[in-house]
Order: sequence, then C-alpha cells, then structure tokens
Amino acid sequence: MSAVIQPDTVPAKAAASREASGARLAVRRFLRNRLAVVGLAVVVLFFLFCFAGPLVYSTDQTHTMLQQVNLAPSGSHWLGTDAVGHDELGRLMYGGKVSLVVGLAAGVLATVIGTLWGAAAGYAGGWIDAVMMRIVDAGIAIPALFILLVVSAITTPGLAGLVLILGLVSWLVPSRLVRAETLTLKNRDYVLTLRAIGGTHARAILRHILPNSVSTVIVAATFQVADAILLVAYVSYLGMGVRPPQTDWGGMLSAGLTAAYSGYWWLILPPGLAIILVVWAFNAIGDGLRDAFDVRGRG
Amino acid sequence: MTATTKGPAARTAASGPILELDDLGVVFTTETGEVPAVKGVCLQVRPGETLALVGESGSGKSTIALAAMGLLAANARATGSAVIAGTQIVGAPESGLAALRGKTVSMVFQEPATALDPLTRIGKQIAEVIRNHREVSAKDAAAEAVELLRRVGIPEPGKRARAYPFQLSGGQRQRVVIAMAIANEPGLLIADEPTTALDVTVQAEILDLLRRLAAETGTGVLLVTHNMGVVADFADRVAVMYRGEIVETGPVEDVLLRPAHDYTRRLLAAVPRLSVAAVADGTGRPPATARARTGGPAAGPSTPPPGSGAPGDRTPDRPAGGSAAGSAAGPVANRVAEPVVKLRDVSVVFGRGKAAVRALGGVSFRVEPAQTLGLVGESGSGKSTAARVALGLIPPTSGTVSLFGADLARTRARARRALRAGIGVVLQDPVASLDARMTVGECVAEPLRIHRRDLSAKDRQAKVAAVLDRVRLPREVARRAPRELSGGQRQRVSLARALVLEPRLLVADEPTSALDVSVQEAVLEVITELQGDLGFACLFVSHDLAVVQHFAQRVVVMRAGRIEEQGPTGTTLLHPETDYTRRLLAAVPVPDPVVQRGRRAERLATLAAGRTEAQA
Repeated sequence: MSAVIQPDTVPAKAAASREASGARLAVRRFLRNRLAVVGLAVVVLFFLFCFAGPLVYSTDQTHTMLQQVNLAPSGSHWLGTDAVGHDELGRLMYGGKVSLVVGLAAGVLATVIGTLWGAAAGYAGGWIDAVMMRIVDAGIAIPALFILLVVSAITTPGLAGLVLILGLVSWLVPSRLVRAETLTLKNRDYVLTLRAIGGTHARAILRHILPNSVSTVIVAATFQVADAILLVAYVSYLGMGVRPPQTDWGGMLSAGLTAAYSGYWWLILPPGLAIILVVWAFNAIGDGLRDAFDVRGRG
Repeated sequence: MTATTKGPAARTAASGPILELDDLGVVFTTETGEVPAVKGVCLQVRPGETLALVGESGSGKSTIALAAMGLLAANARATGSAVIAGTQIVGAPESGLAALRGKTVSMVFQEPATALDPLTRIGKQIAEVIRNHREVSAKDAAAEAVELLRRVGIPEPGKRARAYPFQLSGGQRQRVVIAMAIANEPGLLIADEPTTALDVTVQAEILDLLRRLAAETGTGVLLVTHNMGVVADFADRVAVMYRGEIVETGPVEDVLLRPAHDYTRRLLAAVPRLSVAAVADGTGRPPATARARTGGPAAGPSTPPPGSGAPGDRTPDRPAGGSAAGSAAGPVANRVAEPVVKLRDVSVVFGRGKAAVRALGGVSFRVEPAQTLGLVGESGSGKSTAARVALGLIPPTSGTVSLFGADLARTRARARRALRAGIGVVLQDPVASLDARMTVGECVAEPLRIHRRDLSAKDRQAKVAAVLDRVRLPREVARRAPRELSGGQRQRVSLARALVLEPRLLVADEPTSALDVSVQEAVLEVITELQGDLGFACLFVSHDLAVVQHFAQRVVVMRAGRIEEQGPTGTTLLHPETDYTRRLLAAVPVPDPVVQRGRRAERLATLAAGRTEAQA
C-alpha cells in the first residue's frame, strides 16, 4: 500500500536515502525475528568454539591414553575423557570442524547444482524441462540416507568424497524451488526484451534469472546446510562416515552410546546437543532470511 | 481547502445525502513511517446522483472508497467523519458495518475475475448476498437471483445462474458483480474503477447498465475512476483529487469544460482525445477535435491533429529522417526502400490437437522505414502476438516474417542475432521491464554488451549518457536502481535502452498504458521527437484508439486474431469501413460531457437499428 501512495516524481535526494533504507529495512526485518538473531549468534559461537577454541584449550586428539579413559568431568578435563582417553571438550571442537565444514560445503554444493539444474530446466521448458524434472522426481523417491549407506558400504570416502556424495544426493529440493522461480522470471518483460534484441540464452539465465532468484537460493541454501550437517551426523552415527582418528559429532555420539549403560553422560549429551543446536540455528537463520528478503511476499 | 470544496454542495445538504464525508483523513503506518494518503476530504453523494472521484494513481481516490466502506487495511487509520445513511463509519465496530455492507451500501471492484468465488455457481453467490440481509427462503432467493441476472442483461439467466465464474466472459462477470451489488437495493453504490479492466465496447455496455440501474432505483453512486471519458459519460458531479486532497468539485460540465483549478486543467490537457468525424466532414476539412472545443491548450507537438492533410495521400505529420519519409503512408510500390518488417499471411496456433488455439490467422502487414504503424484491437485480438511474431519471439505456424528484408525462418541463428541489433523494444510494464538487480546504467548498456562487445567501458558509458540525455533523463540516474524511479521515468529508461543502438525499428507494446495521462503525454512526446531525429520506424501496439490516432500514420485494426481493416490513420479511424471498427470507435468515451451524450445516443441508436435489422 505504501508504494501506491508515493508521489510520482522522486526527488534525487529522497530516492537515494530510500535506496539505503531498502537494505536497512531488510536488516531490520531480519533483526525483528528474535529466533533468527539467536540462531546467528549460535552459529557464530560454534565456529569460534571449533576453530579458535583449540588455541585456548589445546588437547591431544591423536594419541590414545589408556591410563585415563572414561574419566568424569573434572578440573583437568572439563568434559571428561572418552573410551580411548581423548579429552571430550577438545574432541567436541575437533569433531565440530568436520561437521561444520562438511555440512557447509555439502549444503553449498547441493544448492549450486540444484540452482543450475532448476534454472536450466525452467528456462528451456517443454520436453527438456519434463525430462529434467522427472529425473528430480525419481531422485526424491529414493531416500538419500539409503544411497549414502550403499555408497559408504562400497567405498570409504574421504572428507572431499563425503561432501561430493552429500551434495549429489541433496540438490533435488533446491532445483525445484529455482525452477518454479525461473518459470515466472523468464516471462518478465526484461527477459523478453533481451531475447528480442538478440541476447543469448546464457546471458538471460546468468545475468537476469539467477541474480533475481538469489533470495530464494540463499534461503534454500541455509536449510540445505542444516540438512547436510544432520546427514553427516546420521552417516557417522551409523559408523559409515568419517574414519578414526578423525571424527565428527555424529561419530562421537555413536561412540558414546556404546557406553550409555555405564552412565558416561558426558560422552553423549555434548555432541548430541551440539548437533541439535547448530541444525536449529541454521533453520532459524533461514527463517529470518526469508523474512528479510520477503521471498513469499514478492511472489 | 475545506472552505472551497464544501462550497455549494454543503449548503444544499437539506435533501439528505446518502454519503457524507467530512474532514476525512487516512494515514498509513508503514515500515518507513506514517504516510498520509487522504487529507481533509469533504464530499456528499445524494440519492440518484453520480459523483465521480477522479485523479491519478496515488491521489488517494481508492482509499476514500475503502474508507467509506470501512474496508481499510489494518495498517490504515481513518480520522474525521464518513456517514452513510445516518450511520457513522469511522471508528464503527465491525459487526455494525457488516449489517450495512451489501444492504445500504455495496461495492463494485475493478477486477471481476477476483471479485467472484471461482468455486461457487453465480446464482448461489447472488442468493447468498440476498439471504445475508433478508429472511428469504433458499428457493425464493434463487428465483430472485435469476431475476437479477435478467436485470443486468445476462442472456438466458435461468441457465446462466448455474454457471461458474470461469464460464463467463469478463464483461458478464462484471455484470454478475453488479447484480450482487444491487441485490438488496442499496442506497449507495461505490464503484472503484468498474470498467478499467474491460475492453471499450464492454465498458460502454457496463456504463449503460450502471446508468440505467441508478436511474431506476434512485441509487447514489460514488464512481472512482482515472478515465475522463468515463466521467463525461456517467457522472453528474465530479471531485478532482490531487495528492490526497480534493482540489475541485462541481457539476461535470463545469469541471470538464471550464476547469477552475490549475491541476484539473493540466490533467485534462494531457488526456489524448479521439478525433471524431463531424457530421459535415468528408469534405477534406480537418475534423473538429474535442480539444479545440474545450478551449484547452492548443495541441502540443505530440498531438498533431490527425487528418490535417488530405486523407488519401497524406504525409507524416512530423519531419522524419531518412529518404523514405515523404511517402511513408503512401503506396508502397513506388518506393525502393525495403519495408522494415513484413508479415505475410502469418498464422500462429498455440497447442495442438483439441487444445489448439488459433491466435493469429492470415495476418499481413508491413512497417515502412520511418513510419509509425499502430496495431489496435481489444484484448485477445492478437495484437501483442502479432508484435511478438514481428520480433521473432513467437515463430509463425505458417506464413513468413521478414525483418529488414531477410526472412527470419531462413536466416541462421547468428545472422538473426545480428539483425536484431536493429530492433529496440519497449514493453508495457514499467516495473517488469527493467531488471531490479541492475542499475539503470547497466540496463541501458545491455544492448551494447550484446552487439558492440568491442566498446571500451568508457565508450559504453559515454553512449549511455548520451542516450539518457536524448530521453531527457539526468545522467546521474545511470547509477541509480530502477526502483527509485517513477513509472514514467522507468519507461524512458526502457526507451533509452531500446534506442542506444540507434535501431531502425522500435517495437512498443502498450508502452504507456500503465502510466497516468500526464506521464503518458511526456513519454509519447519523447518518442515522437526522437523519431524525428533518428528516423526509426515504429510498430506501436495499443488498445487506446485516441493515442494511436495521434501517434501513428497507419493503423491496423485487429479482431480475434485477424485483421479487420488497415489504412492511413486519418482515413481508417475517422471513416472506418467495417462495422467492427465503427463500433469500437463509437464505444470510446470522449472527455466532453456534451459531445459524449450525443455519441452515446448515436451509438445506442445504431445498436438498436442493428438489432432490428438482424431480427428482420
């Protein structure tokens, strides 16, 4: 409604200040979503914890120390030690690096693949679109976890391999979102104008359609990262992910659970809570970004 | 301003107005702060009277209509007083308003497609309105609904009552909306742009219907519109709005023919007027234009009186660059110059099999160098499709399209792309025409990036600056984002982008129909002037006959995918050969109540004659 009642001629100064306030409005809308702000803080803190933490609280995460296994939290080991004598707090930082990096990389990879696939399908239309989207449908019909387990049963992927596999199984949902966005964008007047004056299809997609679907893409990406972190945890929990001595939160959880009946809670709760918190935080950020970009409102 | 607007209307309030607004104000609370939309508005509507509220977009006229119904959005706050039949609306509880709406006051909205529930049969929707306010059995309400459909002129109302909205045309849907609005014989009808979404011929029918119903039942009508022709056709009194305030009120003849306020005068001067053949015309005299009658400012450079030359062999009104200028409108055979675009016997079929729709059939026309060809017709006539075929965006199912002498179907992709460097395009929607993620400068430079990749960044900027000068925009806008500009400025940016490669052809698809009249005038003026300087040909698609009459040398009238007739504008739009064009012209309301009254009588007489002829 406010747009309707703006006077028709815009003096230069007012317009400039309104542009600045456009970005500021988005930030304000994001900040108004309290949960999103908390989520952002949580993610930042976890990154600091995992990457800057070892500088302050340095521990040995390579050698087993059988003289001090399954120690309860104490002054020297704040969160106790695990079954091979690694300091649990240090391990949480060490494993968190893998969880966060693999999750982030896989989420971004999935979004990139999905965006390109969806934009190409939506822009091409016709039978090309039909074939490409049936492939997506087929992919969605097979549970990602199933594919992951089969692959990791056949080979032992390294970190890069894990990112690749996770990315390849989870790009389907973003591709659908971007395709839907492309279908409306490709009939915008500026795309039609571009085609009429002889612009290439690549230019239409890369210069117009993708930049304009960026808000959808970013929102999708945050949810993808959350999903990927969870997937890494699943796979590692089932013992098929990262190999020792490396670990991640899912692997720590899995290791801790073997001692569940011995009452070693410090092996289970910290990695479990870390997974829950980070996944929740990314989802909250995604929610806040959706408010900020007003993705649904803009249609 | 209260004193001036209250004026005579307030003093004669004794007859008991059905709607009375006193110092009405509306403020919107937005993210950027409080925005006043309506300030100190006073007006009255008496039973049986039609008051037109006119103004350009953003003037607050629709906000007043909504405030009078108590239908303002949640972020709006009304102050002052709005009284309908003795009931105060401002600040009234929702429950009290619900009893009033649909009974004492009802509303007709602009878009009939969204005003009806798509999943309910229309008879049932009307019956629901009846039973909301009166104790009537379902059977009686259904019978009444059929009767209402008959009154609003729906053929076979008994059968049609069982139809769903999507089975009706836009005009019929608007009739159904009107039937719902009058179902409980309200004292006041608020019509917010009731005919804006409709074609002119349908608009004329709907206005006839509203006029008849208002006269029959003594209903007061508050008509919100931006169209001065509709005002002249329908209103008794007019209130002119500007930036949330009423600047002038008075009887329709006073306001439209002898405007007192400067803004009203400017507004009326900007309205493109359809020149009509006077009764004594046909002698080659220039026809009497409505503009001359009103005593408004003399026709500006953008609006040369059409037909000022001898009709058959007239030259363009403007000096056009290039050698072909002289005979642009004349016979083609004696010119060596190739037509810029030529469509020969083009058909376009969308879909196949049973679902196939013929969008164009046997369409042939050509645009000569430096000439403007107007493509007119009602919605669905195929005029935009034809323009897109000419642009090569839609391949013809049969027939040939040649651009600058080369057959598009036979050129290779690379050559076709090169040909397109000679085309500039301006489309209708000022918002969707420019990519919001680019600056204005990047938008304008895009054709250069495609076709002139050898240019350095500096040269490119220089060209952009030069073309912005040409469309009379300050060079600084190059650094701004499109959303900071107004609709008219954006369309000029589109024009700058279209002209940056100095094309031989400009295709403009309804370039001004989303703009206010005053802005439209400025944009058309720029196009005209640049055409004089640069000598490009122009394919101009529009539904507005008055604009085309002023702007184009030749005109093609389309109907249902076929060409109804074509010829020089001065001939075809003044002395049309086909009944369809004649009806189309007769349906355009001119913004002069006296002339319009005569045109209306004439149109109805012709229609009646046509009907009796058909029956005989």
